[in-house]
Amino acid sequence: MQQIISFLYKNKFFILFLLLELLALTFTIQSHSYHKSKFVNSANFVTGGIYNKINNFKEFLLLKKENKRLSEENVYLRNVLGIHEKSLLKFDSIITDTVNYSQIYQFTSAKVINNSYRKNNNYLTINKGSDNGLESDLGVINSKGIIGITKSVSKNYATVLSILNVNSRVNVKLLNSNHFGSLSWDNANYSTVQLLDLPIQASIYIGDTVITGGKSTIFPEGIPVGTIKDFKTKNNTYDFINITLFNDMSSIGFVQIINNLDKLEIKELEEKTSNE
Amino acid sequence: MNRENINIAFLLIGLVLLQIVVLNNINFLGYINPFLYIIFIFLFPIKKIDSSLILLSFFLGLAIDIFSNTGGINAFATLFIAYVRIPVLKSILGKREIDYSITSLFKLPFFRLFLYVVILTFIHHFIVFGLEYLKWSNFGLILLKTFLTSIFTIILIMISFTFISRKR
Repeated sequence: MQQIISFLYKNKFFILFLLLELLALTFTIQSHSYHKSKFVNSANFVTGGIYNKINNFKEFLLLKKENKRLSEENVYLRNVLGIHEKSLLKFDSIITDTVNYSQIYQFTSAKVINNSYRKNNNYLTINKGSDNGLESDLGVINSKGIIGITKSVSKNYATVLSILNVNSRVNVKLLNSNHFGSLSWDNANYSTVQLLDLPIQASIYIGDTVITGGKSTIFPEGIPVGTIKDFKTKNNTYDFINITLFNDMSSIGFVQIINNLDKLEIKELEEKTSNE
Repeated sequence: MNRENINIAFLLIGLVLLQIVVLNNINFLGYINPFLYIIFIFLFPIKKIDSSLILLSFFLGLAIDIFSNTGGINAFATLFIAYVRIPVLKSILGKREIDYSITSLFKLPFFRLFLYVVILTFIHHFIVFGLEYLKWSNFGLILLKTFLTSIFTIILIMISFTFISRKR
């Protein structure tokens, strides 16, 4: 017994070293798996606060771009309104019965305070958290298209698993045919992502638009993703399909977080069905 | 709290801020961000390994990890080079035992100092990129990134050394 204690005492630094390395390795492995990095993420009070300060400076540089994007979005929304007005004019009176409408998606606006896009696993940090009703697994978009899915959430901040993340999988479909596939990223280029599992029956052409599929409860159907850049067929399947994103992932200012209010109901129903 | 400890505390905080505010956003040639913060391992007084260096290097790496969402990659790599720095120094100087009372970083001959920096930086960067990809199929990419980023980091460390040594 004494020998064991003296052995431990002699090698105490080595043992401390080993223990801490093991701890670091655990954090690393946790961060590689999808939903487990609880301790080491930038959605906490200190890091969020510092990134917020830094971002206040950076924001000035992005203002011009952000204003342009907002005005483009305004034009689009005005156009949509215009279409509706015309169709409203067809009828001289309408009865709006609010009971027939229910809100499915709730949008929250947030500002990106940290953005990485050069790494293997990229994350963004946004300045809204559980105090603003955010939770993990909510879709994040801006007017140009999808950005990612929220991951860790603290009181005032949240991290977003970017679509530029090797672990990211998003259900998407083609705009002109209802064929579904999933979106992933091969870590080569921050403006290009890959479309996987698209059946060969779907005929695609370069320039075709890809939108979100709406199969999951995270993203509603029809959020723009990008256009097909190039593809290759092999053994009667698609070998690879590259998609150019609509979004410039290197400069993202304001984003919207989508909360599906029917999520719980859908989840419960699906669980009930699979248990039967 | 003596003066040395206060200096070390300021150095730690300064290095973390410099790394996350400036250096992580450089993206030279697309993806090269130097890890200047490991200069801490070199500037820490040369003495026998003890728990202070082990703990400080672990928390330095962990702080960088928390800010850049990388799990425990930097903590692992930084702790590793902190642990092997004395054995590496011994083999570079070709000595079995180092006289800790007279050996200091800036009294080392230039070539040996350079070799010391190169070896530890390479080990650190290799571990960081190896753990980031965690796949043998990316071995070529890991080596390329290690090589390019190391060059950048080593240049920055050597420049910082000249500034610091002139001050003393």
